[in-house]
Amino acid sequence: MIAGIDIGSRSMELVLLDGDDTNGETNNEIVLERRLPTTFDPASQLKIILDGIAPEIISATGYGRKLVTEELYGVPTVSLTEIKAYALGVSHLFPEARTILDIGGQDTKAISLMKNGKVAKFEMNDRCAAGTGKFLEHLATVFQIPIEGFGSYALEGDEPLMINSMCTVFAETEATSLMAQGKNPRDIALGLHGSIVRRTTNMLHRVGLNEPLVFAGGVANNPCVISMLTDALKISPSVPERPDMVGALGAALHGKSVLKIC
Amino acid sequence: MSDSAYKKMWENLNLDIEAHDGLLEVLGKFYGDIYMSQEGRIKGMEYLDFVLSEVHGLRIKELMDAKKSGRKIIGTFCVFVPEELSLAVDAIQVGLCAGADAGTEAAETVVPRNTCALIKSFIGFKMAKICPYTEACDLIIGETTCDGKKKAYEAFGEMAPMHIMEVPQRKEESDRALWKSEVLRLKDELEKITGKTITAASLKNGIKIANDKRRALQRLNKLRTAKPTPISGRDVLLINQVSFYDDPIRFTQSINALCDQIDERIAKSEGIVAENTPRLMLSGCPMAVPNWKLPYIIESSGAVVVAEESCIGTRNSRDLVDESCETVEEMIDAICDRYMKIDCACFTPNNERMDNIKELAEQADVDGVIHYSLMFCQPYTHEAFKVEKTLASENIPMLSIETDYSMEDVEQLKTRVEAFVEMIS
Repeated sequence: MIAGIDIGSRSMELVLLDGDDTNGETNNEIVLERRLPTTFDPASQLKIILDGIAPEIISATGYGRKLVTEELYGVPTVSLTEIKAYALGVSHLFPEARTILDIGGQDTKAISLMKNGKVAKFEMNDRCAAGTGKFLEHLATVFQIPIEGFGSYALEGDEPLMINSMCTVFAETEATSLMAQGKNPRDIALGLHGSIVRRTTNMLHRVGLNEPLVFAGGVANNPCVISMLTDALKISPSVPERPDMVGALGAALHGKSVLKIC
Repeated sequence: MSDSAYKKMWENLNLDIEAHDGLLEVLGKFYGDIYMSQEGRIKGMEYLDFVLSEVHGLRIKELMDAKKSGRKIIGTFCVFVPEELSLAVDAIQVGLCAGADAGTEAAETVVPRNTCALIKSFIGFKMAKICPYTEACDLIIGETTCDGKKKAYEAFGEMAPMHIMEVPQRKEESDRALWKSEVLRLKDELEKITGKTITAASLKNGIKIANDKRRALQRLNKLRTAKPTPISGRDVLLINQVSFYDDPIRFTQSINALCDQIDERIAKSEGIVAENTPRLMLSGCPMAVPNWKLPYIIESSGAVVVAEESCIGTRNSRDLVDESCETVEEMIDAICDRYMKIDCACFTPNNERMDNIKELAEQADVDGVIHYSLMFCQPYTHEAFKVEKTLASENIPMLSIETDYSMEDVEQLKTRVEAFVEMIS
């Protein structure tokens, strides 16, 4: 068994792979998936997410990847960046994929892949969480709507209102002044989603947008971002069934390859 | 480092003792974490450790003793200021670029917030009274390499004695003529403040000392390209940084001695890292002491830096001044020719920088390049696009980083650098 774990800024995900290839066939069956909020005490959350499983190796990715050590868990550990983990995870699910968009809790990444699935180029937002899951989460609170329903709410709007600011704080100011002007809150929400999409398309074009495009990460659960992205790019991205598990899956696949070498 | 014996000297230089103690403490800790934690360093690096531990102590005392004996201290911020001329009037030239966030708030009262960290830092160091080098200077030479510096010197000039050199922005005949007139104007100014006249003998000697220093750095830069690389990128960066304020003759001897040890190490095929470690070039803006953030991140991410294409790197040591000239006039021309070869991003179109990067990447056999721009540095941030294109044509991957002296983006930088290293591994 191989554990892949993605410790993000907002949530952590675990994928447990069977990984037993001894009967000659590649066995990448997922035997368990778990998801927990990261909170401000990720070490305790890690104990909970790994509770009751006994993997041969733990492969960690994400912001907190260095938190998983052999001393703590008594099994070999490896780490890799989210960029490589997403490349591995996406290539596994969509072997033809050439471009990945990953919008997570605090980072946005655009990754272009070579035909063999290796990373050719990537772009990542540098220091600010503008245009990420955190941005949507914060603004959903302003609208007093649970984050899970924010995308569908925005899709009920007709005309996206222009939100110029990428900064979460300034975007909120813009949104509240539009509300004060009596604008339809659904149109404002649509505009906020539009601002994420604008930023993201620029990033995708910088890495060279080749098809097929796979959209993953937690924000790929948002139907409004998918719909506006499709309109803006004139490409419909493939979205994995569980877009937030792709990093953990990639980590597990990496763990398996490390185990094979040993 | 915070030897109380130096306290009197710092007080005489009108430093803010408390703030200065704080700076030395942070610097010491930073140095310990980043430098002293390295394993298998070459013995000759002890000299650099010593120089750095005495950076505000013994070296300042040397400068103060030199001043007492009538010599002048000339401060600079740029590789365009010909050290040959300062040496020819028996003055001591020191680099004043600073690489730490200090006095930023004060600096932002005289320069705009969207000014690069290097400029804010030298102004901040001055306003916070924590740089003994700046305080020891009899004259500080500024230069018009970018708008940020050019305008910042107007504010800085109200706080310190300055002379500004105009650096041209193209490399036509008329630019060469302008540059020569600026070199001559600096010569007059240096002769005036020192009361000494530059002679053929004194200038020849100055050229020799500066060239010897460059030759030692060239030797080091050549040796480090061995496989496995015998010395860490951080250590070479430190050597380049120290070259701006150490006594040039002593520095040259020490670096040559260090290179002898590197020769021995190469003969035994000993490296500072395993031979298959990905080799990177750092290219772009200068990294002044103690700006070791990015090299440390790179070398903690499983890669090693084997070339620095920057002013605190090969840009400062690549070209020599012709030593065959006999008259002052001929030597001034030779100096002008040498300095006009500098491939600073302040020039347009500056295509020679692209050629030099290609050549260096090939010599050092790098697996990738990390381009480093200081945030708000227009010239280098612009050229990052050209550098990426140039390298792409050679199939060399490049990661472009824009950052400053703060630590707030360290985690994001780590992810990007690690992902780049994974990509090229």
